[in-house]
Amino acid sequence: MAQVERPLSPHLQIYKPQISSVLSILHRLTGIGLAVGTLLLTWWLTAAAYGAAAFTHAQGFMASWVGQLLLLGFTFAFFYHLSNGIRHMFWDIGKGFAIETMNKTGWLVVIATVVFTALTWFLGMTMGGSA
Amino acid sequence: MAEFALPANSKVGKGKVVKAPAGAQRIKKFNVYRWNPDDGNNPVVDTYEVDLDTCGPMVLDGLIKIKNDLDPTLAFRRSCREGVCGSCAMNIDGTNTLACTKATEAVSGDVNIYPLPHTSVIKDLVPDLTNFYAQYASIEPWMKTAPPAPATTERLQSREDRAKLDGLWECILCACCSTSCPSYWWNSDRYLGPAALLQSYRWLIDSRDEDTGNRLDDLEDPFKLYRCHTIMNCAKTCPKSLNPAEAIASIKQMMVERR
Repeated sequence: MAQVERPLSPHLQIYKPQISSVLSILHRLTGIGLAVGTLLLTWWLTAAAYGAAAFTHAQGFMASWVGQLLLLGFTFAFFYHLSNGIRHMFWDIGKGFAIETMNKTGWLVVIATVVFTALTWFLGMTMGGSA
Repeated sequence: MAEFALPANSKVGKGKVVKAPAGAQRIKKFNVYRWNPDDGNNPVVDTYEVDLDTCGPMVLDGLIKIKNDLDPTLAFRRSCREGVCGSCAMNIDGTNTLACTKATEAVSGDVNIYPLPHTSVIKDLVPDLTNFYAQYASIEPWMKTAPPAPATTERLQSREDRAKLDGLWECILCACCSTSCPSYWWNSDRYLGPAALLQSYRWLIDSRDEDTGNRLDDLEDPFKLYRCHTIMNCAKTCPKSLNPAEAIASIKQMMVERR
């Protein structure tokens, strides 16, 4: 019989996305997002230390729609990674593994992220106006 | 680095459509992954129209119906037809489960059936589980004790200690959990996966086993145990409602506690 190279069965292509796997990959993506956001933050702080011209330039980018979008993503990533990180700490001490609990805490993390992100931006927009 | 796309020889094409006999009232479409090692072609998905009025209630009944009446070339594993043997594990409607305990009517729309994900396909729905079984063997799934054996009694266990094995001994090694785990997809060469680790914990927590230290030493490895990132697909998909993720977390705790 001819030796045929066996195919690899479909995986990502067919496996149903669900709260378990989607939140897990989101944790990793927000982790990457935090690294990118930290670079942005470092650039902003370095510019402030460098001088007025550099800071005005950095500040201008932060205020542009691209900058604002990045900051929004950074805030979202921060609160998601923080909330889901707490969820991971509970798992590390052996709690919260029942499927029902896992579903609930997953949605709790999503809701907390949205609420804290919105709250941060609401406060930022309303309190920062006079500068 | 993980390979997210399927290799060229594994890309799935469209196959044939086999109609139900004329007069069939309640038709359900079964879209089934097919691959034949003898013709050298890529895998395809064949569509079979199954008349539910002349077919048993479970997805496995549908597959047997297809093999008996529509297409005898279809290959799949099955044996006990009651969720005990684990042979008919496959991906049905997007998640892994046993075809024999999955009701056809529980699937809304067409019934999409694939082999267990990210496995090497032998034929159609039959995956190669050699590596999976080798990993099970590697955790040395038998009781290890230091001699001498008790002379006059059996190795007794308190009710409390026996209860610690509940939720572990029920595992039938169907491989649904391991092949649902993205971490296992990318690292099955070095990561033991949820099934083997749950089995490992079954021996670690057994009060009669005296080899706990060595067992833990063997798992102290960046890949074997610690590729578990608590994704939880394993527990969500287990057809026996076991929780491999929790067992793995318990092993991780044992690792910390013995320091």
